[in-house]
Amino acid sequence: MSPLSTLTPPLKKSSAIGYGRLRGGARYAPTLATLGLFLAMFAVGAGMYPSFLSGQVLLNLFIDNTFLTVLAVGMTFVILTGGIDLSVGAVVALSMMVCASLLQAGWNPSMVIPLVILIGGGLGTLMGLVIQYFDIQPFIVTLAGMFLARGLCYVISLDSIPVTDPFFTSMAQARIPLAGDLFISPGVLIAVAVVAVAFFILHHTRFGRTVYALGGNEHSAMLMGLNVKGTKVAVYAVSGLCSAVAGLLFSFYSLSGYSLAAQGMELDAIAAVVIGGTLLTGGTGYVLGSVVGVLVLGIVQTFIAYDGTLSSWWTKIVIGGLLLVFILLQRLFSRKTY
Amino acid sequence: MKSLLKNRLTWPLVALLALLALNQVFRADFLALRMQDGHLYGSLIDILRNGAPTVLIALGMTLVVATRGIDLSVGAIVAIAGAISCSYIASSSDPSSLATAGTAAAIAVVAGLALGVWNGFLVSVIGVQPIIATLVLMTAGRGVAQLVTGGQIVSVSNDHYKSIGAGYAFTLPISILITAAVFVLAAVLTRRTALGTLIEAVGINPVASRLAGIRARNIIWIVYVFSALCAAIAGLMISSNVTAADANNAGLYIEMDAILAVVIGGTSLAGGRYSLVGTVIGAFIIQTLTTTVYTLGIPPEVTLVFKALVVLSVCLLQAPAARNALRRFRPAPKLPAKEKVAI
Repeated sequence: MSPLSTLTPPLKKSSAIGYGRLRGGARYAPTLATLGLFLAMFAVGAGMYPSFLSGQVLLNLFIDNTFLTVLAVGMTFVILTGGIDLSVGAVVALSMMVCASLLQAGWNPSMVIPLVILIGGGLGTLMGLVIQYFDIQPFIVTLAGMFLARGLCYVISLDSIPVTDPFFTSMAQARIPLAGDLFISPGVLIAVAVVAVAFFILHHTRFGRTVYALGGNEHSAMLMGLNVKGTKVAVYAVSGLCSAVAGLLFSFYSLSGYSLAAQGMELDAIAAVVIGGTLLTGGTGYVLGSVVGVLVLGIVQTFIAYDGTLSSWWTKIVIGGLLLVFILLQRLFSRKTY
Repeated sequence: MKSLLKNRLTWPLVALLALLALNQVFRADFLALRMQDGHLYGSLIDILRNGAPTVLIALGMTLVVATRGIDLSVGAIVAIAGAISCSYIASSSDPSSLATAGTAAAIAVVAGLALGVWNGFLVSVIGVQPIIATLVLMTAGRGVAQLVTGGQIVSVSNDHYKSIGAGYAFTLPISILITAAVFVLAAVLTRRTALGTLIEAVGINPVASRLAGIRARNIIWIVYVFSALCAAIAGLMISSNVTAADANNAGLYIEMDAILAVVIGGTSLAGGRYSLVGTVIGAFIIQTLTTTVYTLGIPPEVTLVFKALVVLSVCLLQAPAARNALRRFRPAPKLPAKEKVAI
């Protein structure tokens, strides 16, 4: 029998879980790696296609992914606590369906938009309450939420409903000019506002610190007297709210409601968060990282659109591959014995 | 009687029987079986046949869940297996022969095994969380399946291949016979050897089981390979039933159904305790539920809402909080007085 000291080697700093214990800038490493990847991809694109190197291509990444950005922000909150929300894609579709059907029935957008946001937030809160008070895995609860939301879409209508409301069409067509002949859509402003609010909440409020603490170690957070229960419910409410806002943005973008819309978008959102450097075990990550993750996914799509010969399914394969690389990187940064 | 009430298979079984009874009330010939051309026909047989792929995948999922894992990639593996076998048959020189069908099925199963080895490698060797490790293949897998089929729906006409999902043998559908064979194999391997106990040990506490000398890594690896194998065979069934491979829609959401079946069957998602029989009952509950929706004349689009409510209520009933609440209404077990000493 070997002496006890060899069985339990002294804890080194690098053996701690999470990047948080890493010194200095090392904890920004995964997010910076993502940013580097994005810049490299942009540079390669610029080298291959002369028209790639333009400000508008960059801005289009934002314009085409406003809803995914907002979804990824909500998902970041959930994943930071160590949870997961599989319902986001279905809630986006439900928001679009509610929007389209009520507008078709002649409702005023000023009524519809708050109602949609209320439904999304309500669904999220409900799932959070079940997760917290019945102690069921987030995975299963949000899966049931996904079935419920998608099922409600089918109940509303199986067909695609066009949106002809003047406010929605003006939001879809409006272009906000920037310097030169560059422009963005109003949706981008909303998405940027959501990101800014999320950034402020996560890094400068008590709630944000509790989210990180909860993901670091739920038990310690509870012993520290933090409001663990309320925070856990709140992150799912935030995710539900973000899904509803993303649904509205998707409505502005596509001007329709379709019950099969946004299928698999929860995977894109999770992928964006992971690629952006947030640890799936919770406790470490940045909302801005998730935004960069969305941009990386967006540039993959742009690449495939520019190439022309590659088929659309390469998007899925490349995203899967990127996800793999970043998961392996995460393992490298956070050694945890199994 | 008491042990019957305590048995965790009782409630799923009661639910299944209640669903069947409900159907019988609304359609008098629901439980009737008839012989035609030497095959058994009837709604029950339909449930068995349509439920076979879900049962099969849920069996694999049960063992994965028992090790505290989860396999989200089964739906993608279903699509890949179907895509590979159908593409092989469609491109072969003799697309209607038995040899072609056999080779196609074998290639698809080997591909499934390889994908299982990949999942198991990520989880057991690299140590990635199961949900994330299998998410990679779930995302990329459908892309791979579309790559194999070239984005088309590949249809084949091979009677031997068709018989996997739609054929009959000994008056029963072949698909259900295959599923039964896999069930017996899994049951014997896990309950008549030490494998089942080892799987439970790893699920309850991976670190403790490793310290106890169990090769936890290999056990975990094996269950992912088994899960992928089941998914590949189910993929053959699904594609042969419709004699076509649809990379987008084959096995869509089947991972969700399989996980539900496992949960309804009484296997804890926290790992450890598992029940293969419970899973089979759970899978048939889900299939009967779908049939019930049609029998009762509920619009099919409501199925998902219906399913969500069932899942939620089952999960809530199984939740520790609900169990504790229920326990309060039961007479407390008589404890010897000295056990009431302060803790």
